[in-house]
This record gives sequence, C-alpha cells and structure tokens, in this order.
Amino acid sequence: MLVFLIAIPLFSAALLLLGGRALDKVGHFVGTLASGAAFAVGVIEFLAMLRRAPESRAVTQPLFTWIEVGNFNVGATLLLDQLSVCFVLLITGVGTLIHIYSIAYMSHDRDRRRFFAFLNLFIAAMLLLVLGDSYLSLYVGWEGVGLASYLLIGFWNQKPAYATAAKKAFVANRVGDVGLSLAVMIAFVQFGSVSFSGVAEGVEAGKASSLALNALGIALLLAAVGKSAQFPLQSWLGDAMAGPTPVSALIHAATMVTAGVYLIARSHFVFDVASIAQLLVVIVGAITLLFGAIIGMAKDDIKKALAASTMSQIGYMILATGLGPVGYAFAMMHLLTHGFFKAGMFLGAGSVMHGMNDEVDMRKYGGLRKYMPITFATFGLGYLAIIGVPPFAGFYSKDKIIEIALDAGGAKGIILGSITLLGAAITAFYMSRVMLMTFFGAKRWEAGAHPHESPALMTIPMILLAIGSVSAGFIFNMGDRFINFLAPLFHAGDSGHSGHGEKEHLLPPIVVSALALTAVAIGVSIAIAKYGRGKAIPAVAPSDVSLWTKVARRDLLQDEFNETLFMRPGQELTKALAVIDEKVIDGAVRGVGSITLDVASGVRKTQTGFVRSYALWIIVGAVGILGAIAVMSL
Amino acid sequence: MSLDYYLYLSALLFTIGAAGVLIRRNAIVVFMCIELMLNASNLAFVTFARMNGSIDGQIFAFFTMVVAACEVVVGLAIIVTIYRSRRSASVDDARLLKL
Repeated sequence: MLVFLIAIPLFSAALLLLGGRALDKVGHFVGTLASGAAFAVGVIEFLAMLRRAPESRAVTQPLFTWIEVGNFNVGATLLLDQLSVCFVLLITGVGTLIHIYSIAYMSHDRDRRRFFAFLNLFIAAMLLLVLGDSYLSLYVGWEGVGLASYLLIGFWNQKPAYATAAKKAFVANRVGDVGLSLAVMIAFVQFGSVSFSGVAEGVEAGKASSLALNALGIALLLAAVGKSAQFPLQSWLGDAMAGPTPVSALIHAATMVTAGVYLIARSHFVFDVASIAQLLVVIVGAITLLFGAIIGMAKDDIKKALAASTMSQIGYMILATGLGPVGYAFAMMHLLTHGFFKAGMFLGAGSVMHGMNDEVDMRKYGGLRKYMPITFATFGLGYLAIIGVPPFAGFYSKDKIIEIALDAGGAKGIILGSITLLGAAITAFYMSRVMLMTFFGAKRWEAGAHPHESPALMTIPMILLAIGSVSAGFIFNMGDRFINFLAPLFHAGDSGHSGHGEKEHLLPPIVVSALALTAVAIGVSIAIAKYGRGKAIPAVAPSDVSLWTKVARRDLLQDEFNETLFMRPGQELTKALAVIDEKVIDGAVRGVGSITLDVASGVRKTQTGFVRSYALWIIVGAVGILGAIAVMSL
Repeated sequence: MSLDYYLYLSALLFTIGAAGVLIRRNAIVVFMCIELMLNASNLAFVTFARMNGSIDGQIFAFFTMVVAACEVVVGLAIIVTIYRSRRSASVDDARLLKL
C-alpha cells in the first residue's frame, strides 16, 4: 500500500513528461488527481495507524533487494511511522492544495503540463525521502527533490537570471549533499548498516567512538544545512524565489526546505549522544533564526521577505531539534503549523502578484485589502499565525520552542531564550511591515494595475490553508496530543517531558507566553509606527539609510562572503591546478618524448648509408673486443 | 717448418681482405676481398686442426666453403641487379637505406 504513495505521482510525472503536447489539455487534471490520490492513500494509512497501539504503529513494506555486495545489504524498504506520516500528510495535503491553486495560477503558461509533471516528480521524490527506511533510500529522495527544485526554480529558464538562480540552488545543495554522502559512508564503516534501525542499534550498542558519532552528526548537519537553507549555506533560498509562486509555497516554504529538520529528527539517536554535533545544531539554528529575520526586515520584494522568514522559522525548528528529546516533537509541530501558514501566505503573495501584473515590489502595492478581500483575510490569518498571536497555530508551536530554549539550562538557556524572543519580536516587525505595505496605506500602484480578486481555484486552497493556520496549533496542542503521538519515537517520556512540571522550568510557561507576546507587541508597534496609517512609503527604496540596512538589503553580504571566501579562491585553485597539469604532468610526459627524440636524432647520425663505414665499425668493434681479451689475458 | 708461418699468412691475407673491403668502392672487388677474408680464416682453421691433431677445423673449413659458395650466388645476383638498374657497381652509390 505504501508504495502507491510514491508510485502514483511518479507514474503521473512520467506520463506527463513522455506524453508530450498531446496531454496539454488534461495535464493539470492528471497531475492534481495523482497528488490527490496520494493524499487519499496517506489519509487511509494514517487512519489505519491510529487504530494500532502506540508501540506498534510503524509499518514497513519491503519492495526488493536493492544492493547486495558481500555482507552489505540494502533493501528498498518503505517505513511509515509517526514521524513520516506527519510529512506524508503535509506533503500530499498541502501539495494537492497547491496543485489546485496552480491550475489557475499557471493557466496562461504554455508549459503548464510540464509544470505539473515536475510538481508530481517533486511529490514522489519527497515521499521517497520521508518513507525510505535507510539513509541510502533517503539519499535518493534527497537528490530527487533537489532535482525537482532545480527544474522548478528554473521553470522560466528563458530568463537568464532565473536559470542562474536554479543553478545556484543546485550548487549550494550539492555542498550539503557531500555531508549526506559522508554520513552514509561513516554509518556504513562504523555500523555496517545504513538503515535507520541498524544505525540506531549500533549507536545503542556503543559500536562507535564519540568522535565517530560527532563526525556522523556534523555530516548530517551539513546535509540539513544545505537543504534547509541554514547558515552558512542559506544564500540560495532568496534567489530560489525566481520559480513560480506555487513552487515557492510548496518546495521552498512548506516541504523540501524542512527536509533538514526531518533528517535531524530522524537521526535523533545520533544527536542524542553526539554532544558537539548537537551543540552545533543549536548554534546553526540560533544564527539562522536571527539571520533570516534581519534580512526579512530589509526586503521590499514580497516573496524574498517571505523566503527570509522561512529561513528564520526553519532556524527555530533546527534550534528545537538541537535541544534533545524535548525538542523534536516541538520542531515537528512548528514544521507542520509553518507548513500551513507559510504555504498559505505564499499563495496569498501569488494571488497579489496575479492581480498586480506580477509585480513583486511591496512599495508598489498598498491599500489592497478592499480589492482582494479573500486574499487579505487568508494572508492576515497566516500573518497572525506566524507572529504567534493566540490562539493561532504559530503561538502554540513557537511558544513551546521559546519555552524549551529557556529551559536548556544555565547561560545557554538564557542566551537561546533571548535569541528566540528577539527573533519573535523581529518576526512580528517584518511580517507587520509586509502586511501594512501590501494591504494597508495609500495606493502606490504602477500605472495600468487593476487589482482584482483571484478565481475560486486559487482562493479555495488559500482558505483551506488559512483554516489550518488558525486551528492546527490548537488541535495539536489539545491534551499534548501531538507530543504523545510522537513520543514512542523519540523516547520523550524518558526525559520526563510528557508530564509538565516533572522538570524544573526556568520560568513558568505562563510567564514565557507573556514575554513572547510582549516581544510580538513591541515588534508590531514599531512596524505600525514606521509603516502605519499616514506614513508615506516612498515608491523607491530610500538610499540614505544606515549601513545596517544596506547590508541587510544585500542579504547580510552572504553572496559577497561566499564569493570572496569560496568562489574566488576556488577559481584561483583551478587556475593553479590547470598550470600544474600543463607544466608538471604534461611536461613530464612531453619531456620523456622529447628526450627520446633528441637521443635518437643524435644516434641517427651514425647511420650514413655507406656500407663501408658500417664495415669499419664492425672491424673496430672486433679489434676492440680482441684487444680487450688480449689485455685481460696478460 | 713451423706451422706459425701459416698463421702469419692467414692474418696477412685477412688484413688485406679487410683493408680492401674498407677502401675499395667497386662491389665486385669488395666481394673478392670478402672471399679473401673467408679463405684466410679457412687457412687458420686448417692450421689449427693440424696444430691440435684434430679434424674439427678441417670440417669447419668445408662448411665455410659451402656458405661462401651460397653467398657468392646471392651476392653476385644482387650486384648484377643493382648494376642493371643503376648503371653503377659502386657501393657508395647504393646508400638509400638510411633515414
């Protein structure tokens, strides 16, 4: 049954790609149906899982023996447990909504069939990523989503900048992929197995030194950092917004970029014992959380502001996964709620662009709430969810992360707690800025803009996602339902979290919530003071701004950083290697040849063609030998 | 009479033959000089056979004669052919076998 989850969208993708123009008229329906069918299978599997006892909820389905070399066996086996089922429902559920949205959004594109084929390919690859039961199967899915992401970012590759953005995303992802392949190798060398269960058993049996475990953890973190656009491999995400907006919503907000969180949560048995790697996870999360938030404050492009926000929110999730058993479930919860509200907001942004002739500069929006009421309402609900206003989804998930960050203990807890609170305040500020610049204030439209509400095919998915943004947090959090659902997987019960109060809290939860809400209130009020009613927003970004703003507008110099630190030295290195290749290696080969030629042309002079000179040499030789014999026998 | 004189004669004939091969250009004369060298060695063989009281050297002399006869046949044929095609029997003119 599990195999249908992957097979249906994969088959549909192959059909749409091979079918050619003949399928142009039905391609979008086929793609949407395939995604919907996968969602139906996912729901059936989920309901079947809920009927089983909590300890035996995981099911596996062996497909075939994939690799068999000596004692190295990898089976193509699918594994559906509490963790992967969350992803399956998110991927297929949100994915199907975005398919529906894309039917209308891409209706004027002559390549709509190809677009749906790529979307289906993405769904299939992402499902393989979360359903594989070994690091190697995960790797295949990992590369598959990377490919789909590349194809979709560069979907409009007739524009060179978009093609470059796709390439940038691909290259940045490759850097992370090196980490994943290293992790597979380390796992095989240390444990003789690459399956999750095999590695988990090996770790438990103490087969590996703590050095090896930390190396494995750091390799996995590198992979996660690349895929999830975390510091220091975050620079591709902003440019990835070159893709069509539904792609940004599905791949670069809700699902693919959260694969890193999945990888770390899936490898919890490694990180639980590898303390250095775990600390690095926290540091990466904390840095990215602020990094993304700071960039988000300075962006005028609505999609790039949302992308920076995605980066920052995933920073929250990564931070939570680095906090040990208590964190995984909350990271997953934030991941799911984020999937709802961020996908919803991206679709809202797409709807705005749809109505504004594909304008993305928020300085040219303004006052759109009267013209796009449904978009405004759904975007607004997502906005309330992301900044963490109770009782919307983000409040529950983000509040919990702030809470466990504060509880991390000692100075670490205070630092992490302050960073997460600061992040919450900045999030509130930049999201309010997006809201105010887009939907409120004076109209700053370009001539010829006639904003209008989008068709029902686009608004219905937005409404459904908005409902999710409103209710998901409350539903998940009711009686710690979600935590208990995931508990058997992460042994969260052991660390004494499931019953609140068993562990000492730095601050009581109610105080944390109050602090978080205060931070949000501060952020919102600053935004209102700067961009609220009656404040003029120049149509062109002012240039007489502080150095900080300038730096933030340029993504905190991440591209310049990569260029000076990696690209330029890399180019110099290749040039130097080319010189070495030319002079040393080729030189040695050519040297042997030319020495042989020189010797030969010297020796050749003795070959005159005069028989008598040869005869002379023979006689000289014979006399010489005879002379030598005579001398020796004296 | 000492047998040594036969050896001196043999060495003298061989030297004359070798000098002729080196100095003369006419292929026929060079050829004759080679025959001279072969016969000088035949003489040495026979002398040594006589000195050692063994028949081996005399047998070798016969072999040499047979080989020399064959060689004359082939060699003269080559020289005649070269002369026909190039109107010259000079060994220095036949120097095409070189790079």
